[in-house]
Amino acid sequence: MNIYLDLFLTFAKVGVCTFGGGYAMLPILQREVVEKKGWATDEELTDYFAVGQCTPGIIAVNTATFIGYKHKGAPGGILTTLGVVFPSLVIITAIAAFLSNFAGIPLVQHALAGINAAVVALIASSVLKLAKSNLKDAVSGGIFLAGLALALLLKLSPVILIVCAGVIGWVVYGLIQKGGEGK
Amino acid sequence: MTLLLLFLEFAKVGLFAVGGGLATIPFLQDMGTRTGWFTNADLTTMIAVSESTPGPMGVNMATYVGFETAGLPGAVLATLGLITPSIAVIIVIAGFLEKFRQSKTVDSVFRGLRPASTALIAAAGLSVALSVFVAVGGVETHTFTLRWPVVILSAVIFLCTQQKKLKKLHPVAFIAIAAVTGAVFQF
Repeated sequence: MNIYLDLFLTFAKVGVCTFGGGYAMLPILQREVVEKKGWATDEELTDYFAVGQCTPGIIAVNTATFIGYKHKGAPGGILTTLGVVFPSLVIITAIAAFLSNFAGIPLVQHALAGINAAVVALIASSVLKLAKSNLKDAVSGGIFLAGLALALLLKLSPVILIVCAGVIGWVVYGLIQKGGEGK
Repeated sequence: MTLLLLFLEFAKVGLFAVGGGLATIPFLQDMGTRTGWFTNADLTTMIAVSESTPGPMGVNMATYVGFETAGLPGAVLATLGLITPSIAVIIVIAGFLEKFRQSKTVDSVFRGLRPASTALIAAAGLSVALSVFVAVGGVETHTFTLRWPVVILSAVIFLCTQQKKLKKLHPVAFIAIAAVTGAVFQF
């Protein structure tokens, strides 16, 4: 298949399979982009989420652009982004035109409660996978725990957290360990 | 004219909203008040629909607002407006990172970022879990009840994803099974 068509269609599939915010996209991205296509690694996905949370625009769109760009430059970035929004255009337009009380239908509400249960479980499983590839030493474990506590308890802005963690990484891995491998 | 305005308004949202789809809501509230395109009640409906349909929520919201304001062309232009700043900004950043990928400094910064990014994803997952697992009772009573069926279904699916054989299933298969379970047992 033409690689550009493949980028568009794969991200259209990611769009269809995502229920909720950009985080709900992660399990689908791991399956389609990391495991099936090999377009990115788990580490790279984590990087894209980190940068995507600190830069203008919603995470889902930013991550799609990142992966497309990495693979096929600017045209790739544009096509993956168009791909990820395409299903929304079709589905939302249809619902807005014909089913404006969609969210109020009891069957939809029951199904959605089930879907949300699955989304939570899938995110949990994704986080475990990311933790395996990203938490390799005491420093990264410490950053993870501190970040989790600060995000949950103090509702600290993701931008501040990411910037601080970047500085810690630079000091610990870049200056102290001179870029060498962690313990 | 409305179409151009829709594109520009959503480009503004795309430029200033940082984070998940929920970050766009304050911008949309402001947009509705200023332009009169939709009321806050309309917005509540749109959020509910955007959350319960496939597609990232922020994108769904843009499409919905655009469609309600100016039909299909409105939906297309609002969505294109939302994504245009992201595409431009990310392409610049990604190009920059590509160039400095070999740099030891960039590499060490990212080694620090990754655990924090993982923590943020975990925190987002936990807050989704909280909103899905706990039902808040009446406004006055402030009672919280655990929605056991949802918790159990979630736990079962999580265990399945850790199983050697079952974890090969596509995530969307779990989503479909969960939707049917929710519908049949009236979650």
